[in-house]
Amino acid sequence: MAGIKVFGHPASTATRRVLIALHEKKLDFELVHIDLKDGEHKKEPFLSRNPFGKIPAFEDGDFKLFESRAITQYIAHEYADKGNQLLSPGSKNMAILAMGMEIEAHEFDSVASKLGWEQIFKNFFGLTTDQAVVKEEEVKLGKVLDNYEARLGESKYLACDHFTLVDLHHIPVIQYLLGTPTKKLFDERPHVSAWVADITSRPSSQKILL
Amino acid sequence: MAMKVYGDGMSACVARVLLCLHEKETEFELVPVDLFACHHKLPSFLSMNPFGQVPVLQDDDLTLFESRAITAYIADKHKDKGTDLTRHADAKETAIVKLWSEVESHHFNPAVSAVIHQLIVVPLQGEKSPDAAIVEENLEKLGKVLDVYEERLGKTKYLAGDSYTLADLHHVPYIYYFMKTSHAGLVNDRPNVKAWWEDLCSRPAFLKVSPGLTIAPVTN
Repeated sequence: MAGIKVFGHPASTATRRVLIALHEKKLDFELVHIDLKDGEHKKEPFLSRNPFGKIPAFEDGDFKLFESRAITQYIAHEYADKGNQLLSPGSKNMAILAMGMEIEAHEFDSVASKLGWEQIFKNFFGLTTDQAVVKEEEVKLGKVLDNYEARLGESKYLACDHFTLVDLHHIPVIQYLLGTPTKKLFDERPHVSAWVADITSRPSSQKILL
Repeated sequence: MAMKVYGDGMSACVARVLLCLHEKETEFELVPVDLFACHHKLPSFLSMNPFGQVPVLQDDDLTLFESRAITAYIADKHKDKGTDLTRHADAKETAIVKLWSEVESHHFNPAVSAVIHQLIVVPLQGEKSPDAAIVEENLEKLGKVLDVYEERLGKTKYLAGDSYTLADLHHVPYIYYFMKTSHAGLVNDRPNVKAWWEDLCSRPAFLKVSPGLTIAPVTN
């Protein structure tokens, strides 16, 4: 049957990135649960959807995609007229958006995901948190958040004065880190703290929590 | 006024932007930043990019950093001239270009840049030797990525389809450096990947940029 389907796991940060975008656009979709414990994502038929064996995969009718940030951008452009605006019109505004998405992907996520892995996801697999890694990564995250603090002192959201994909891409990892001692890094920077409270209290951010 | 690119042509990330400018037949000025003297960490540079990295682009009152955001901007601004790098006329085609650009960013780049860092950058810094364990771990990851590329490039001429796009372009500088190491077999042993690379490095835009890619790896 045609329609939007997301192949992933409701606890996965990358899957949640896509689900939040779909909720922001008020789109109907089906979440097809991929059994990670059983290695379903490393076998067929999932590998035909994503040969890298990572969730999520996505389809809109017969159009198929993977990579969460390619999916969210497709949703934001294809359904530009529906739900909340996730982009910013004009070539220069879109450039600022693109830059913000790259900063999230290369500067923020690489560090924040390691902190999420050490403090939360390792526990699911019975592994122990390496506090030395946490300390080292928190120093790096602090420097990124110092840059965010300066930016959010000038602009209500990271790319412009309204919520966009740039802010959205951060939400799933931040939600997990707020349940760890790393929360203090967000709390001790007033503009970052206000931004975090704002983006995590959006209805779409709340809908994806288990 | 022509766009300004702050950086040095030997940086893979700067080369990414220069390739795009040449593909789009766009005039620009390259403003040198002395990376060895750490000028990219000075306040005057940090005011353009607080993350202290090259390249930075200035186009009138717009200042941009992150090479893949810069290439996207250039490709969009000049979509009506030069090579069509984004397939902008079709939303689904654009999404496929973005998909394979994300693959480069999240799967290819971390593995290849870790290898290049050990074999090229670490020796330049002079304090320690390349970490063989890191090289081996990342060569294995890179091999798995290239297996996926081998299959993909058996179906399409380029990663996102039958025309050259940003998804291919973004790979070029790091593959060029990687092919100078003793591990070029990872590319040469995969016939579709090899043919794709030979195509990419024969493009006129690449022939203009490659003379700037001057740093060389330790040969081990």
